[in-house]
Amino acid sequence: MIRDYFRVLIVDLASGKGKVANVPGRDEVAGGSGLGAFLFAKYGKADKPWDDPEQPVIFAIGPLTGYFPLMSKTVAAFKSPYHDQYAESHAGGRSALALKFADLDAMVLTGRAPSPSAVVVGSRHLELKEVHYLWGLNIQESGKLLRRMFRGSGHRSILRIGPAGEQKSAMAGINVDTYRHFGRLGGGGALGAKNIKAVVIIGDGSFPLMEGKDYPKLFEAVYQKLTATDMMQKYHNLGTPVNVAILNEQKALPWRNLQATTDPNVHGITGERFAETALLRNAACAGCPVGCIHIGFSRERFQTDYRYFYRQVSYDHEPIFATGSMLGVTDCFAVLDILDVVEQMGLDVMSAGVALAWATEALEKGIVTENETLLPLKFGDHNTYEMAVRHLAYGANDFYRLLAQGTLKAAAHYGGGDFACVLGQEMAGYATGEVFFTSQALGLRHSHLDSAGYTYDQTHKDKDVGQAVDFLMKDEASRAFLTSMVACLFARGVYNEELLADCLQVVGYGSMAGNIDAISGNIQKLRWQTRLTTGFNPQSVSIPKRFTEVTTRKGRVDSEFLAALKGDYARRIMEMAPSEDPSQS
Amino acid sequence: MKILTTPRLERCIGCHSCSLACARLVHQRLSWDMAGIRIASSGGLSTGFEARTCLACTQAPCALACPTGAYSQRRGGGVIVRKNICIRCGECARACPVDAIYLDPTGDPFVCLHCGKCVPYCPHDCLEMKEVGGGSPAGKAAAPEVAA
Repeated sequence: MIRDYFRVLIVDLASGKGKVANVPGRDEVAGGSGLGAFLFAKYGKADKPWDDPEQPVIFAIGPLTGYFPLMSKTVAAFKSPYHDQYAESHAGGRSALALKFADLDAMVLTGRAPSPSAVVVGSRHLELKEVHYLWGLNIQESGKLLRRMFRGSGHRSILRIGPAGEQKSAMAGINVDTYRHFGRLGGGGALGAKNIKAVVIIGDGSFPLMEGKDYPKLFEAVYQKLTATDMMQKYHNLGTPVNVAILNEQKALPWRNLQATTDPNVHGITGERFAETALLRNAACAGCPVGCIHIGFSRERFQTDYRYFYRQVSYDHEPIFATGSMLGVTDCFAVLDILDVVEQMGLDVMSAGVALAWATEALEKGIVTENETLLPLKFGDHNTYEMAVRHLAYGANDFYRLLAQGTLKAAAHYGGGDFACVLGQEMAGYATGEVFFTSQALGLRHSHLDSAGYTYDQTHKDKDVGQAVDFLMKDEASRAFLTSMVACLFARGVYNEELLADCLQVVGYGSMAGNIDAISGNIQKLRWQTRLTTGFNPQSVSIPKRFTEVTTRKGRVDSEFLAALKGDYARRIMEMAPSEDPSQS
Repeated sequence: MKILTTPRLERCIGCHSCSLACARLVHQRLSWDMAGIRIASSGGLSTGFEARTCLACTQAPCALACPTGAYSQRRGGGVIVRKNICIRCGECARACPVDAIYLDPTGDPFVCLHCGKCVPYCPHDCLEMKEVGGGSPAGKAAAPEVAA
């Protein structure tokens, strides 16, 4: 439905009642990322801790959701258990279209349910269902039961947390429709603190379309660009795992807690190896014909006779880096076995893998002992890592409980901060150089997708600080607009500003179409102000020593260049600091 | 005369492009329900997908059940729909043995018209228009009859 305001469902989890609010601001913040920050400013409490019942967990979609291909993502916004500051995390699956067809631009969960519960919403439905019997169940078990308990098969989205989220872990993600995730910055912990095991979104509404042929004609043109050209071939063919071999060749793939950036044994975990030996099939987010989801299998022999069960496990570059190269595991099926446990526990895979890589090196160096790790962690030993993932999810002892709050938290207590691979949060799988390290360390989401810092490293050998930071700022604003539509960032090569303007115009958002630059800047500023208001100080971010010990294709990392980038990027971020109330900016 | 078939649905990735195309191009709606083909997982996403669509019965139970003639037998299979005489009783949907007819909240039924407009939007070529004879010129799908 095209409207010049946001239709927001606010659910009070304490009472199980909700209300629909028509919130103005469409032309200022668009939706998605902009709307998440806007609603946090309205409903969030900057000065209260992340687990205060008043803190909202927000799910927001955008003005183009459902209207065009790959406009298929949802933004989750919340105060993070990882750093107790404003955070964003993005996921696809069916979540975006389900919210659209539930006739909601956003959903805001406030308060705390009195006991473990599931929130169920639809275009004509709101229910808070007590589900204590699901508490403790893993992602697969709870998913199966939730599918049976609620209607809407095929046209609904089922979000749920696993044991890690129930433990309020800062590394807990929110699983979306089995194969996608709001992975980073502890969204699962935020839901766990609210006693919310699951959110079921039933997309049972429909809307009339604009009259005339302009819309179907433009849809057809966009669809053709996305499917009939080679622009999306990378995601359609091997998927993001194509990066594994490429980055290894470029000395940019983190190995064994970033002790190396390339390794000859990469062949066991390349995208090609996965596709040839472990790929079962592909799947797609609703509204996306690309189908980038690659699903492999994890098989377990449970009797001495040839008796097996198997699970289907999605894989991408980041999960392969986190549980493969970063842990020294070089067999694709061993990677899938670890990934399967990570999935069942409801952990963010990048955080978990990188944290366990640090724990392994800490054990090697004698900084911690097996009294802490409970296991003889060793690079390459996947069976031990499967058990360690469970310890991390359940918080098996003080060590794992602290580690689950963030690697640097554990390092602050035990030592070993120099080799903690943390850039704002546990690193993503790109050791490309100074610009990427800076972009993740200071990026709003601490995500490799905040801006294309890794691409900048790969294409620029100069050390022009001003030019690099200009690029980061500009690219971030552009991506912030895309994630306010809410586009999958894999389509960023297709949805340029001109095409986005055409799309907005044809569906009836003409005023936004003509004002993209200003709105992008506004969203960028609002997000940063929200982050800064909740306590972020970019000038206090430190990049651990390990990142300066790395050799990339560009050579040894230049500490001075890195420090200059960090200082300049921090300064530029601080220029956006709020004068007073961020909601008034 | 051609009918819509789903001979390669094992390839389905669950993108819903077919349903969205039907709703967009045939019914002028943004919807994954108001469509003649609807995709659901067959017992969870790990088990693949199935399509809810008209199988082009040659003695269509929905047409037989329709009390007003809004649904009538189509040559080659399926039904011809005249929305202007539909009283939204829902008997068609109840009569369909394979749940191919969607009733919107007002009782308005949506069924596949075998027009083939969804076919080009399937990225994995799951769908196919199949010639079954019945009078239409070869190679041309009958125009959808969906009189308001």
